[in-house]
Amino acid sequence: MSAAQTINTAVRRVPGWALYIVGAAYGAWLFYLGATGGLGVEPIEALEHRYGKIAFQLLLVGLAVTPLRQHVGLNLLCWRRALGVLAFFFVLAHFLVWAVLDVQRLAAIWADIVERPYVTIGMAGFLCLIPLAVTSNNLAVRKMGAASWRKLHKLVYPAAVLGAVHYVWLVKGFQLEPLIYLAVTLALLATRFRPTKARVA
Amino acid sequence: MARRYQSKLTWDDVTPEHLFLNRRQIMAGTGALLGAGLIGGTAQAQDVLEPNTWEEITTYNNYYEFGTGKTDPSANAHTLTTSPWAVEIDGMVDNPGTYSFEDIMAGVEVEERIYRFRCVEAWSMVIPWNGFELADLLARVGVQDGARYVAFETALRPDEMPGVRVPVLDWPYREGLRLDEAMHPLTIMATGIYGRDIPNQNGAPMRLVVPWKYGFKSIKSIVRITLTDEEPPTSWNMANAREYGFYSNVNPNVPHRRWSQDSERRIGGGLFARRVPTLMFNGYEEDVASLYDGMDLSENY
Repeated sequence: MSAAQTINTAVRRVPGWALYIVGAAYGAWLFYLGATGGLGVEPIEALEHRYGKIAFQLLLVGLAVTPLRQHVGLNLLCWRRALGVLAFFFVLAHFLVWAVLDVQRLAAIWADIVERPYVTIGMAGFLCLIPLAVTSNNLAVRKMGAASWRKLHKLVYPAAVLGAVHYVWLVKGFQLEPLIYLAVTLALLATRFRPTKARVA
Repeated sequence: MARRYQSKLTWDDVTPEHLFLNRRQIMAGTGALLGAGLIGGTAQAQDVLEPNTWEEITTYNNYYEFGTGKTDPSANAHTLTTSPWAVEIDGMVDNPGTYSFEDIMAGVEVEERIYRFRCVEAWSMVIPWNGFELADLLARVGVQDGARYVAFETALRPDEMPGVRVPVLDWPYREGLRLDEAMHPLTIMATGIYGRDIPNQNGAPMRLVVPWKYGFKSIKSIVRITLTDEEPPTSWNMANAREYGFYSNVNPNVPHRRWSQDSERRIGGGLFARRVPTLMFNGYEEDVASLYDGMDLSENY
C-alpha cells in the first residue's frame, strides 16, 4: 500500500464531526488563553490575528483537497465540508473579536468597513463565505442541484484572494509571510485552470 | 541643564506592585466571567495613569531588526552586543567624534521620566524611563549656527540582528527631529526603565524618547547622531510617505491611511479592555503645541 493509500484509509476513519469538535475546542481554548494572560500582554490583537490566520489556513487546506486528489492521489474529500465550515467560523470569530473587543464602537466599525480598504476587502471576503456556510449541508445540495451548488461554491476562490490581499495590505513595511500566503493562494487557484486547458487541447 | 521638565506623574501615581498584581488577577477573573457583558460601557478618559509592568514593557515591542512579531525582540535581542558601545556624532557640531557610552554618561545627569508612549499602531503604554535630556548632549558637542535638524541612526549588525535579512525597511533604521524638537526638555535619551538598565529589546544601551510623537520616532540603539541643515530621510517615511510623515506627532484628528488614530488600546487591560481616547500630542499639548504654531498639522503629519 502506498503512503497516499495509507493516509486515505486513515482519513476515512476520522469522521467530519470529529473535526468540528477539535476546531471548536481549539477556538475556545485560544479564547480562554486570551482571557487569562496566555496570549501575551496584548490579547485582543493576538486573538484577532490567531483566529484570522487559522481561518486562512483552513481555507487553503480546503482549496488543496482537489489538487491533492488529482496530482498526489491523496483523498481528503470527506473532510472538505468540515474544513470549509470551520474556516467560516474562524473568520466569524476573527470578525467578532475585531468588531466587539478591538474597535468596540458601532460607528467606528462601520467607518472602518467603508473607509479603510483593507477592512473593506476583508469584509467582502467574509460576505462571500456566508452563502457557502449556509448551503454546506446535504439538503441545500439536493435543493439547489449539484451543478448550481458547485457554481455557487466557486465563491471560495474570490474569498481566498480577498483574504490574502487583506493580509498583505494590513502589515507594515515589506513582510514575507503575507506574500507567501498570497502566493500559495494563487498557486492553488492556478491548479484549477490547468487540467481544463489540457482537456481542451 | 537637566531637570527642565517636571512630570505631573510621580511615584505617587504608581500603584504598589503587590496591589497592582492583585488587581490584575481580579480583573482577569471577572473579565473571563462577565465576558461580553463588560462591553458597552463608555470609554474612560485617560485621567488615571499607572505605569505598565516590566513584563508588559519588555515583551511587547516593535524592533523589526529582531523580527516583526511583538514578542520577537524579547526572544531575539539578547544577541545584541551593547558593551562596548560608541556613538558617532558628526555634521554641524563643534566637537565631532566618536563618543563612548561611558563618556557620554559621564557628562549628563540621569533622571526619571514617567511618559505616555503611543504607538502608531494605536496601542499605548506608560513607561517610567531613566534617561538624560538630549539637549544636554547636544550642548556638550556644540551645535553650530545653521544646523536645523538632528538625524539618528540605529546599529545595523546582520550577525546580531536576524530581522535585517528581510528588507522590511531600508536598513539601517533612521529617524530625525527638527532642532527645536530635539532641544525640547521633554526629549530624552533613555538608558533605563524602572531604574534598571534598558533591555536590548527596548533599545539598549541608549534610545531616543519623544513622548508627543508616535513611538517609531523614538529610535533605538543609536550609533550615530548627525546635525544637519536639511530635513533628514527617515525610515518609515522612506517606506511609505503617505502613511508616515516626518513629524508624526500624535494627533487624534489625523488618521493613519489605514486606521483611525482617535483612540488607543492601553496595554495591560486584558481581553476586555476599553479603548481610551487618544490625546492631542499624546497629552503633552501644553508643553509642545507652541513648536508647531502656524503649521497645518494635517499637511505636516
